[in-house]
Formats: sequence, C-alpha cells, structure tokens
Amino acid sequence: MGSVPMTKEYDYDKLGFKAGLEIHQQLNTQEKLFCGCPTLLRDTEDSAYQYYRYLHPTRSEMGEVDRAALEEVMHKRKFVYMAYDTTCLVENDEEPPRELNKEAISITLQIARLCNMNVFDEIHTMRKIVIDGSNTSGFQRTALVSTGGHIETSQGNVGVGVLCLEEEAAQRIEDKADHVVFSIDRLGIPLVEIGTDPDITSPLHARETAELIGMLLRSTGKVKRGQGTIRQDINVSIARGARVEIKGVQALDLIETIVEREVERQVNLLGIMDELQKINASVHGDIIDVTHLFGKTQSEVIKKALKKGVVLAVILHGFAGLVGREIQPGRRLGSEMSDYAKKSGVGGIFHTDELPAYGITDQEIDALRQAMDAKVEDCVVLVADFKERAFNALQMVVDRSRFALDSVPEETRKALPNGNSAYMRPLPGAARMYPETDVPPVVVTHEMLHDIVLPELLPARKARYMKDYGLNDELAERVAFKHFELFEDILSEMGDEDKNVTLIASTLVNTLTELRRDGSDVNKLDPGHYAEVFKLIASGNAAKEVVPELLSTIIAQPGISAQDAAQLLGLGTKRKEDIETLVDEIISQRMDFIAERGLGAVGPLMGLVMKEMRGSVDGKVVSDIVTKKIKKMLDDII
Amino acid sequence: MTEEGDTVLIKRGDNSYQGVLMPSTTGSIVIKLINGYNAGFDPHTVEMELLEKKSDVMAQEVTIPPPNPNLPTVSILSTGGTIASKVDYRTGAVTSQFTAEDILLAIPELTKIANFNAKVVYSILSENMRPDYWIKLAEEVEKEISSGASGVIITHGTDTMMYTAAALAFMIKTPVPIVFVGSQRSADRPSSDNAMNAICAAQVATSDIAEVTVVMHATTSDDHCNIHRATRVRKMHTSRRDAFQTINSRPLGQVDYPSGKITTHLDYIKRGERELSINIKMTSRCALLKYTTGASPETLLFASANYKGIVLEGTGLGHVSTEWIPYIERTTQAGIPVVMTSQCINGRVCDRVYDTGRDILKAGVIEGEDMLPEVALVKLMWAAGQTQDIDEIKKIMSTNIAGEITRSSQT
Repeated sequence: MGSVPMTKEYDYDKLGFKAGLEIHQQLNTQEKLFCGCPTLLRDTEDSAYQYYRYLHPTRSEMGEVDRAALEEVMHKRKFVYMAYDTTCLVENDEEPPRELNKEAISITLQIARLCNMNVFDEIHTMRKIVIDGSNTSGFQRTALVSTGGHIETSQGNVGVGVLCLEEEAAQRIEDKADHVVFSIDRLGIPLVEIGTDPDITSPLHARETAELIGMLLRSTGKVKRGQGTIRQDINVSIARGARVEIKGVQALDLIETIVEREVERQVNLLGIMDELQKINASVHGDIIDVTHLFGKTQSEVIKKALKKGVVLAVILHGFAGLVGREIQPGRRLGSEMSDYAKKSGVGGIFHTDELPAYGITDQEIDALRQAMDAKVEDCVVLVADFKERAFNALQMVVDRSRFALDSVPEETRKALPNGNSAYMRPLPGAARMYPETDVPPVVVTHEMLHDIVLPELLPARKARYMKDYGLNDELAERVAFKHFELFEDILSEMGDEDKNVTLIASTLVNTLTELRRDGSDVNKLDPGHYAEVFKLIASGNAAKEVVPELLSTIIAQPGISAQDAAQLLGLGTKRKEDIETLVDEIISQRMDFIAERGLGAVGPLMGLVMKEMRGSVDGKVVSDIVTKKIKKMLDDII
Repeated sequence: MTEEGDTVLIKRGDNSYQGVLMPSTTGSIVIKLINGYNAGFDPHTVEMELLEKKSDVMAQEVTIPPPNPNLPTVSILSTGGTIASKVDYRTGAVTSQFTAEDILLAIPELTKIANFNAKVVYSILSENMRPDYWIKLAEEVEKEISSGASGVIITHGTDTMMYTAAALAFMIKTPVPIVFVGSQRSADRPSSDNAMNAICAAQVATSDIAEVTVVMHATTSDDHCNIHRATRVRKMHTSRRDAFQTINSRPLGQVDYPSGKITTHLDYIKRGERELSINIKMTSRCALLKYTTGASPETLLFASANYKGIVLEGTGLGHVSTEWIPYIERTTQAGIPVVMTSQCINGRVCDRVYDTGRDILKAGVIEGEDMLPEVALVKLMWAAGQTQDIDEIKKIMSTNIAGEITRSSQT
C-alpha cells in the first residue's frame, strides 16, 4: 500500500480516549524457560523431523463459553510441528517441563524493579489454554511475577499493572485450510509480558511509553534483539466506542499511526451508526440463493465460483452508501464485513456500493435488486463460493452489520503494515488458567530481591561513553542503544591493552552493517575475535583500514586467528621491531635533514616509512615511532 | 476462619490483592487473582481478610445423545487411570471423570462408535495396584461380558498397565475384546493422548479381536494407535506417547486415526470363537529378581525363604554368576520354581550355549523362552496358583497360554 492521507486531528481528551500497551519481549537466556534447549532460531530447512497432532479442548466447569476459543475450534485442524536437533521432548509435549529457568527469573526481577513493581513472595506457573496450535501442549505456561508498578513519562506516571514471565509460542510457518505448520524452535524461549494500565492519553504518548519500556528492557542487556523479538499489542478505546486490542505491532514508529487510525475508525463507525439509527436501518438476515441471475455473467470470480458453488445474497436495509464509506484510509465498512466473511474461508464479498465492477454489470445489479426487492436506500451483499462456506460467510456479514446498528464491536485486530488494522477474532473472555502442577512454585527470597542490580539505563550509558571515551554524540548513541553488550564484552576482553575505542565503536556501528550487507554472517564473531583484531591494530601490525577485511576473513575461515588472517591478507608480517629497525635505518640516512628540520622532519620521514611498509601498518603507530625516535635523536644531539 | 475457595483480601504493606484462596504445598498463602493467575504470599508479612465465603458452583447442564440402538454396547471399567478430566478454571482444580456421561462429554466422538456403561472398580494410582486386585477386576470383566457387553475397555494408569493386562490375559478366556487404555500425557491438557487412545480403544472393543489387548499411541504423532497383545507389551519410555511397545513380536494390529480403520498384522482369536471362562487362582507370593554384577547370592536365599516362585532377570542369554548356582539348586530342590528371563528385554533366553548356562539348567532353572520378565512373573503367579507341583509348573511355564511365548523368533 502506498502512502495514505493523514488522519484528522482529534481532541483525545474530549473523545474519552484510553489506551494501554502490552509488550512482549524475548529474553536472551542460555536455555529455554522450561528445558535445557538453547534459545536459538533455526532455518526450517534444517528441521530434523516433523510430527502432527490435534488439540482436544477439555471441558470446563465454568459453564460460560469463551467466544474466541469457540471460533478457534469451529474447524478441527491438524497441527504439524517442525522439530530440530536443538529442540527436545519438552517442546514436543512428550516430557514434563523442568523447573523455571533461574536466569529468566533474575532478568524478570530486574525488569520488575525498573518498573517500580511489587514482586510476589512466590511465583506460580499457570497453564493458560491456547488451542490455536501455537503451543504443542494446548496451553501456554505463564507466571505472574509482579504488579502495581509505574514508569515516569512526560505526561505523568503510566501504571505498569502486570509483569509475567511466560514461554514463547511456536512460530506459524504455513496456514492451510486443513492444517497449520509450526516451527518449534521458538517455542519455550522466555518471554516477558509487560502490561500497562490504560493511562495513555494520546497516540504520541502511546509511542513515548512504548519507547520508554523498550529502552528499559534493552538496558538490561539480556533481551533478544531483531525482527520479531519484541511485539507490541495496543488496547484502545474511546468513550462511545469499544475496547479494541490491536496485535502484532512490530515497529515502534507505527504505534502512533495505529492508535490514530483506530480512533478514526471508531469515530467513523459511530458516525455510520448514528446515520443508520436516524434512517431506521435494519438487518433481517435472510440469505437468498441468487445463482440463477448470474447464469451468463462475465465476472471471472463468479464464473469460477459457479463451477462448484452458488451465489448467495443478503439485503441490508438502509445501508446504501454506508457500506462503501471510508472508515480508515483505504478501508470501508465493507472491508470490516469482508474481514468477518473471510473467517469462513471465502476470498471476499461484493456489495452494491462498489458495483458495477469486477465484471458484474448494471443489468445484473438491477436484476439482483429486483429479486431481493431492494430499495434504493438498501445495500445488497453477495458471496460466490461453495454453498456452506458462502452461507457461513454471509452469516458473519449479518453479524457484523447488526453490530454496526448499535455499537463498535469489541475485537482483537491485527496491525497492518500501513497503520490500519483488520479483524482477527472477538476479544477473548477471561483467560482460562489452572496451575501447572509439574512446575513447583518459586519462592522469591530476600537474597534474590537484594541481589537485583539495576542496569545503567541507555541514556546514561551514552553520556558515559561520550565522557569516558570521547565518542561523539551520534556514535555514542548508536553504540549505547544498539550494541553495548558486544561493545562492553570487547572492551573487557582487551583488558588494559592500548585500544582505539572510537575505532571499536565505529566498527560495531558501521562496519558490521556493511559486512552483513555483503553477506557475511557477523554472528560468527565472538568478542575474542574482535579483541584480537583490535589488538593487532593497536600494536601497529595492521592498519585500521583493513579491519573489515580481517573480520570477513575470520568469518569465512572459522578458527583462524587474527594474526593468521593478517598474514593471509599479506599484512601483519611487519612486527613492531621490524618497523623500528626500518625507522632507525631511514633516520640514520637522513641525520642532516633531521638536524635541520627538527620535529618538522616527522611528516616527510613518515611518508618514506609508510611507502616502504605499503599500508601494512597503522599510520598512527608509525607516526608514534618516528616522532619518538626523532625526539630522542634531537635530545641526544643537544 | 477462612478456607479454600473463599474470596479474600490480602494486605501487604500499602498494597492489597483480592482473590480466591487456593491450596498451598509450601506453607505460603496462595490466591487465584481476578485475572486468573495464582500468586503466593509469605504468611508472616501479610494480613488476610475474608471478603466472601465460598459458594457452590452451579452444576452444568449435561446433555449427551440418547443411546443409539444400532450401536454395540461397551463397558468401561476404571481402575484409576484417567481417561477424561474436567478443569474448573475458577479454582484451577482438575478432577478425573469416571461416569459414562462425563467420559462422553469429554470425548463426544465415542458416542458415534458405541453405547457405553461405565463403572469404577478401583480408584488407585497404578503403582498401588496389587495382584489380588487383578482377581476382582477379572471377575468384574466376566460380569460385564456375561451381561452382554460387546467389549470391555479398562482404563488403567500406564505404569503397571502391562502387569494387569498380562494377568487378565492368563485368567480370562474371552469371546469379546478386552482392551486396556490409558494416557501418557495428563487428560486435562488439550494435547493429551487420552481422547485418541480412548477412541481407538473403542474401535478395538467393537472389533472382532477377542483378546486382551493394550491400545496406545504408536508414534509421537496423532496418526495411529497400536494394538498390543497383553502378554507382549512393555512400557519402554517414561513420558512419550509411544511408550508402549510390543517386544519380541509385532503389534497385533493398528487403528488409524481419525478414520478408525483397523489393520491386523498377526493371527488372532476372533469374536465368539471361545466360550467365556475365568481361572482366577493365583498366588501373589512370587518375586522378580534382577541379577547385577557382584550381587550377593543371599538375595536369592532371602527370596526363596519368602516366596513360592522366583523369576530371575539374568544377564545376556540368561546368566547369573556361578556363585549363585548352588543357591538356585537349593531353591528348586525345596520345590520353589526358578524361571530365567533376560534383562536384555529383547530376545530369547538360551542356557545351553555356555557352561554357566548349562550348570544353571542343571540346577533346575526353567527357561523363560522369549517371555518378558514381568510377564513371566505374572504367569508364574498364575501357574503357582494352579498347582504346587514343580514339574506341573514347569510345564505351564514352558507352554504358550496367551501369546506370551512364540516358537520362532522373528527379526
């Protein structure tokens, strides 16, 4: 989708705007939450074996039917799971879980403290029923760790009501009519869920809050980074509208738009509702077979559907013009109806507000209106597909149309890449949870609370890098916000050795991006590799310009040392002693020149040395040696 | 005074938490919060206030279809293994379900296969099963069959299912299928193997396989169940769905899921081929001893003083240390049968290959052929119940009664 016109400005206070965030963040632990497997994502091509299961929801004593759960079981589906040599029987739901991962608990306690929360004395793991197949067990293991916190924002405190530690679900790979394929590498990676109270006052504030929480999480240095490792869900409502949960916002800079667009959607749906009520619109919901009207149709979609199916229609009294009305840029009430209809497996719907089009002619519409006894103020909705599917689809359209008469429906929606959203399912009822008896409760001891070390927040870290290492503002920001874990590891690996910190920082910020772009897997580099390379530069055995080549050589030949890489590149054969010998030689040949020029001789002499060395050493090192030797010589003369 | 199920308010410092009081295993106060999560509090740092006494949950309307006169009737006897569960998400309580109504509500697919009568015979953990309980179970099965059941399903905990199944195979001659079933993964979870195992068991119970069988998952996938002969099956994994495997033979057959199609791999006794009869005489005073390197022969001495029959689980082809041989001889001469099986589990015992083996035979050991050690134990209990004569026992032990011995070892 291209760019769409900017949304209207709203007075959010007056609309009774409320919003809250739910942020899911993967933790970067050694092992998964309930087993010893690494928290490693795999290529599905490397899957070692597959198996499949059905889920069979158990009876609940609660009596009430969960709308969302019910919609999920409408069709019993086969779930295919792809397993790896890095997954085990726990992910397969073939072995009881181990105890809660201690490392994950300690990170979660740190986050609780960052959000000023009250931690429970005992953490209890629960089974939360999830029957869409994304958990092999049919439930997600989740534990509430703390409540009652807050974070400080420019608009005042935002309450942080909930912090849970839970297992990540399996990744959905393929969605077919009769089966769904999941990859279980992701299943069981520790995940924290942070839920704010509905204290967010505007779209901009929503973004600020999300950014703040993201910053706090990253400050721990223990969270996963990259696509899909953090997900934001947003709950939005306005006074006359309804609570709507928008899931799966992956980019922070989309949050503002998503919230604005949801407000716009609800305002427009309320406008449509007011009009429908004024003209006494109604939905009787009689679904009529109108296949005979399309016997000679030129519409490709209908022709194809008629090979094995039917055309069914339903009349919406008083809806003419409103089904086609835009409620979000590029989306109409008709799009909402279509989202509902698609749940029963159809490709979409036609409605008379958008016809003639798609090969459906005026004549056909006239005949249709006549057959349906539709007046000019009525809208007719059509679906062409297998009979049962088409019928279910129109039932869903009828449901959605009835909502339009008196409310904005409470829904779970999925974020679209352009900031709009589409219907996913009804808002889930109360979570169906019961204790995970295989996992003993964890007592949070005074020692555990006492041992929580608050991490240096990223802005403070940036300021320190500028002050301590003389990094410029941009470089310090990028290293601190994006690369500090590796940066710190490299610095500590190098210890007290001489180091060019700016070079290290800019390597992480710039060079790695370039290497990645050129197809090198920079994840193969560990802090030790970097430290070796930077030591080589500091000792003068390679020029800083060759850092990218050294790193890519090490990536290409695992196990090779930085020294050997330099040798391979034809560098690093010159040791510091060799340089000194060469410098001594050149100085001894140009004693007069030096005596005449004094320290002014450094530049020209350096040029000579560098020419001899042909770029295999760092200029700064040569310059240091030349200057030192010339100074000494001059001192000797005096 | 507060009790589990009451709604309470917990005050800790400036914070308070409302929820339903839950059982605790650690001495802490555990409540289920309004959002469904449980949380625990140190009783020394909080105050608890009663908000509301617990109220009885209204029973849910149960509706199951009326019996279908065109379907056979199958009896479900439960011994404690859970084939159906109900979860109360309000309290988090999981309860096992034993009435026919409750089982059918949990696994409605069963109503398409048969009409069911259900009866609780025992309500015990399978590790607490005892040989004398087998007798009552066999009698209950006989009662069901003679009252017209077209098949009997016995739900059983998986740990000792193989012993009970083997016992019934020796005790009952049946004209209808007797099917043992259980679940490896708890019945409260949507992924449990309970439903598929029960559905496949019902298919076997209404089939013409008139033997005692165990029907459980064949693989980790929900693709098919294997039909194991009761005297051939062993639990070979602690937790996997496909833990049950037929040893020293092929499974009798399989049931595809969800189609319910049965394919058989071996000859079997067909429905109505045999008259119903039971022979429940047995003595529980037999022991299974595993010989381990360096094990003192006094173990055997102790066993022979206390038991009426002993099954040895020897090494390899069926050996124990030569040190043990005189003790074996003393045991058999005292009229206590000693049966040799192998801790290899797979394969046949043969004591004619090495000197030690030949000496063991001379000492009066009965070779257990290709019987599973546990099955040999159950069979010895049954055999020792039939007669006290060691030669007679030897004859019974060496004769195939219920598929536990085969003449030829295949693969």
